[in-house]
Amino acid sequence: MEKTIDLINTRIRDGNARAVRADQMPDIVDELGVEGALREVDVVTTGTFGAMCSSGAFFNFGHSDPPIRMEKVWMNEVEAYAGIAAVDAYLGATQKSETQGISYGGAHVLEDLVAGNAVRLRAQSKGTDCYPRKTLEIELTIEDMNQATMVNPRNSYQSYVAASNTTDRTLYTYMGTLLPNAGNISYSGAGCLSPIPNDPNLRIIGSGVPIFLCGAEGMIIGEGTQASPGNGFGTLMTTGNMNDMSTNFLRAATFKGYNSTLYVGLGVPIPVLDEEVVRRTAVRDEDLKTSIADYGVPNRNRPTLREVTYAELKSGHVELDGEEVKTSSLSSYKKALEVADELKSWVESGKMQLALPTRRMNTEKTSHPMRDRARTPQVRDIMNTSLVTISEDESIQTAAKRLLRGETNHLPVLDNANRLVGIVTTFDISKAVASSGKGEKVCDIMTKRVVYTSPTEAVDVATHKLERNNISALPVVDENGKLVGILSAIDLGKLFERGWKR
Amino acid sequence: MKLLVTFSRKGVKQPLIAQTVKDTGVLINVERAFIESNEGELLIDIPDKETKIITDAMEKAGARVKQMEDSVIRDESECVNCGACISVCPQDVLSFNETWTLCIDSSKCVLCGKCVDACPHQALSLLP
Repeated sequence: MEKTIDLINTRIRDGNARAVRADQMPDIVDELGVEGALREVDVVTTGTFGAMCSSGAFFNFGHSDPPIRMEKVWMNEVEAYAGIAAVDAYLGATQKSETQGISYGGAHVLEDLVAGNAVRLRAQSKGTDCYPRKTLEIELTIEDMNQATMVNPRNSYQSYVAASNTTDRTLYTYMGTLLPNAGNISYSGAGCLSPIPNDPNLRIIGSGVPIFLCGAEGMIIGEGTQASPGNGFGTLMTTGNMNDMSTNFLRAATFKGYNSTLYVGLGVPIPVLDEEVVRRTAVRDEDLKTSIADYGVPNRNRPTLREVTYAELKSGHVELDGEEVKTSSLSSYKKALEVADELKSWVESGKMQLALPTRRMNTEKTSHPMRDRARTPQVRDIMNTSLVTISEDESIQTAAKRLLRGETNHLPVLDNANRLVGIVTTFDISKAVASSGKGEKVCDIMTKRVVYTSPTEAVDVATHKLERNNISALPVVDENGKLVGILSAIDLGKLFERGWKR
Repeated sequence: MKLLVTFSRKGVKQPLIAQTVKDTGVLINVERAFIESNEGELLIDIPDKETKIITDAMEKAGARVKQMEDSVIRDESECVNCGACISVCPQDVLSFNETWTLCIDSSKCVLCGKCVDACPHQALSLLP
């Protein structure tokens, strides 16, 4: 048995369509079987509500008198991109306020507009014969604009990695606060309620399909930017009219130490056309896997700490190296359920007609990393390999002599097995001499908690370590734990000498 | 019961906690302490039934005592029940109920403020 989209739309129009939430579908299929579920259910509604940075809106403000060709535009002091046409602009959710920083960003402007609040529009221009005006500063509400059209380049990830942090300091990331020593795990996404996991082959989800977007009836434009459905990371580009949106399903947010972002409520109704749709929408959280990535490693390819299912993530804790680690979600499952329920009521009340994709997305596609011809300089390219070291049992005076002879300010300290156990600086020696009696040996005065780098670490990352710890040199330790060099602020100067650009 | 004890360093000369334990015989668990030049603030945990005797003893010694009940304040209009606060809390103050609504058990709170920082919607604050 198969059902046509026309049959389903007729049932919706007549008020006879039966819609169910995606999380309820597995039990229905268990009870009625695949054929039974196909007969009984016409539409499966999905939903998600989470941080979707890649969101924003196009505005057409209308022409002022005299008219202005807006070259630069700010909305509540958040800059919008105005290189489009005279009075059009695109405001991105993550653009920060020039006066308030990340606590008020593009996302907050969008929320203010949807809430009905007036927004201060400021524009600049050099003035032309056809657009003589040079400045403009007015208050506008969403009602005053010709268009406020949300266009989100990347929404609703098929799945996203969960995050943890194995370093010894708290990290503030777009995945929220990550406690040191893998103290917590954060994740995003509604699992079996999310749109694409219910149609991973993108048969039903594609260009032109009507969706729920922030409370309005929106539409899928096509694949989202960075879409990588070939390896389970499909994304959607979406659009909707902001005038129909509600702050119940659109919220601005700020992640401490990171940026502002927009919480988007998005749901896709999936018409139950055949048995394949039934099987796909019967997916459970137990079937959906992702990996826990170590955000403590500042590389593009973050190491995976382990594979995990959404069922485990949603349970509140995950076992990691024999320990129970608490999980928390950045996206709201409660709101995702609300989105799916609202969409269900739209279908059952005849408010929303469904459509099949006018163009399918490429399900094989995978996104690739930046084609970076210029190799990022690594620590080994500029580190100083003529090492002057000292052992921990030697006297402070020997250390002082060695510093002078080596014309350096930093002496890595080695133990009997030649392992790095500390570092002594000229400052440490001066301090020891000034306050005599603190000890006589290097191990009495050395800094034992050494911040170090590795030969293959990117220079940018090493520089960040120097800045963050307010120090001027880093010992370089290779993968075998052997000291192979030292990187000092002076070595960083070589970057400029060699003409490297950041 | 958690009590927030505030004292002036000038007004309270004797070792406040030690003296109170000695005088009352009640064991006090100090969960947090902030000591400034002129004043200090302590968060202590004591058995519920001893609340009055401890409060009286400390107030007699010149400290101010406040019972901690609603230490974590949630702005319902801002909270979206995401749960980003849950895993950063060292005391399991925050959790979901069966409807995925955020629940707060303030009696466990030690005022560390991690949840306040972790909330993407700035919906949480600690008692003033």
